Amino acid sequence: MSFDSKEQADKYWKENLGIMFKLLAIWFVVSYGCGILFIDALNTITFMGFKLGFWFAQQGAMYVFIALIFVYVKMMNDLDKKYNVEE
Amino acid sequence: MDVQTLTYIIVGFTFAIYIGIAIWARAGTTKEFYIAGGGVHPVMNGMATAADWMSAASFISLAGIVSFTGSDGSVYLLGWTGGYVLLALCMVPYLRKFGKFTVPDFIGDRYYSDTARIVAVVCAIFICFTYIAGQMRGVGVVFSRFLEVEIETGVVIGMAVVFFYAVLGGMKGITYTQVAQYCVLIFAFMVPAIFISVMMTGQVIPQIGFGSELVDGSGYLLDKLDGLSKELGFGAYTEGRKSTLDVFCITGALMVGTAGLPHVIVRFFTVPKVKDSRISAGWALVFIGIMYTTIPALASFARVNMINTINGPEMTGTAYSDAPSWIKNWEKTGLITFTDKNGDGKMFYSGDERNEMKIDRDIIVLANPEIANLPAWVIALVAAGGLAAALSTSAGLLLVISTSVSHDLLKKTLMPDISDKTELMYARIAAAFGIVFAGYFGINPPGFVAAVVAFAFGLAASSLFPAIIMGIFNKKMNKEGAIAGMVFGLIFTTSYIVYFKFINPSMNVSENWFLGISPEGIGTIGMLVNFGTAFIVAKFTAEVPQDVQDMVESIRFPKGAGEAHDH
Repeated sequence: MSFDSKEQADKYWKENLGIMFKLLAIWFVVSYGCGILFIDALNTITFMGFKLGFWFAQQGAMYVFIALIFVYVKMMNDLDKKYNVEE
Repeated sequence: MDVQTLTYIIVGFTFAIYIGIAIWARAGTTKEFYIAGGGVHPVMNGMATAADWMSAASFISLAGIVSFTGSDGSVYLLGWTGGYVLLALCMVPYLRKFGKFTVPDFIGDRYYSDTARIVAVVCAIFICFTYIAGQMRGVGVVFSRFLEVEIETGVVIGMAVVFFYAVLGGMKGITYTQVAQYCVLIFAFMVPAIFISVMMTGQVIPQIGFGSELVDGSGYLLDKLDGLSKELGFGAYTEGRKSTLDVFCITGALMVGTAGLPHVIVRFFTVPKVKDSRISAGWALVFIGIMYTTIPALASFARVNMINTINGPEMTGTAYSDAPSWIKNWEKTGLITFTDKNGDGKMFYSGDERNEMKIDRDIIVLANPEIANLPAWVIALVAAGGLAAALSTSAGLLLVISTSVSHDLLKKTLMPDISDKTELMYARIAAAFGIVFAGYFGINPPGFVAAVVAFAFGLAASSLFPAIIMGIFNKKMNKEGAIAGMVFGLIFTTSYIVYFKFINPSMNVSENWFLGISPEGIGTIGMLVNFGTAFIVAKFTAEVPQDVQDMVESIRFPKGAGEAHDH
């Protein structure tokens, strides 16, 4: 066991899951939300020459995906340091 | 110099590079053969993953699909990139900490069962074979169109090159050739896209040109495209026609399927640390995103260009005798046909009864440089890019096939006593068999290649993905639950797809589908079936042994990962 105690290990895992679910919520909203479920409503808005829903489905969601992974890496590396479990 | 000579030079040059790398990166141990020795830099691995992932289908077909279906094509863009978020956040770091060589390794050890391992091996091999048949076909198409050799000859040349670097170099050879192939394919994809964007919208970046006004003063590109599409009876380009639930499910199956594809997952075993595996997934998506955000832009440029060329500036049709050379060239391959229905000698393309053209979606990327009148070297470059995409993906898939046989089946199940050297020999033999098999299907393509792609993703989504996720996030998931889940998920998805695609294709219309979900999207439901079955079965069967629960605890944090190891 690399953690000081069982409580530490549980807390680490809980925070890990928290980060994951928060970022997955954004992932869901930009792709399934903006790109699929609410696409018709968003398409009534024009954004830089695009209908907004269409832009999310063919451009925007992908940019957000990339950003999400880099944010995740940063947050997890910080978390590993906080609990002293980095390699 | 003419296009053909240039194509020979550029393609020959890239092949020489791949072979040179293969000789430099020979594998001497199973560890080098399976995971490139575990020392690949995360950015390099990201690039290799991108090349591994972007297949002949992505390079050649995807822009065509989006170009022909407009908004409905978004499912592929979202699905095939969104899966990387799942990979990075839910799978890759934990699997890397687990630190073995293959996906069946994880499933077999985590569920303390050789049955589970074999179910995973079967899924992995099946997924890879369905995929690879399409790749070799792609190689054949590019060769026959641009080098004017027989499709058979093209496939054989492709097989020989892949054989050389995959069999010799294993993962090590594949990784570094994939890095080179990524550079070739992205350059080949972006050059024409940028050219066309500048010509049509004056914008250098295609992603911006996509939302800009056309230089000929006819307004915004997408408005013009919507107008043209409606006028010609296709329906507005930026509005979907599929049902929302179906779009939702197809996107889900593609995303989850992506995250469950064994040839993508194994790439993340090659980096030195858990931390590296996380960032590597990010780089992979950056490299993939460069192409995937360009695809829809290119698709819309190509659509406007193609309609304008065929229907003419007055939208009354262009005389067939004045048809540009690309139409004649592609007619020879049978991918474009023109029937002069009203006998006026003019071509007309539309979505209603006025239509006189049959145009295959696959030509959009390959013919685009010709449609836009780009210089000959750009056309040659596209040929080299298409080949790079097909070869890099084939090699990655072959590696999974060979590892599944030599490592998971022989070493871990049937012949545990063989030495590292013998195992390596079996891996090479299996790779060689895989190539021959793939080549056979490249030369004699089964008519159902397009249909089996849905299959590969459906299977990955309904079998491997849930088993891996539960293995990491649910300590209490036992072998009975996981095996039952995989088996039920597989049976459900397979029967649905086989019924609508092979047994009764005439029934394959939305009225007959379960809740209106197409066979392409059924993997999402298959995944739910897998999860549901697993939880119910696990509730009524034996508890997970303590040492396995401890193992699950230990993969949940990075410390102490060390290098990937065999035992």
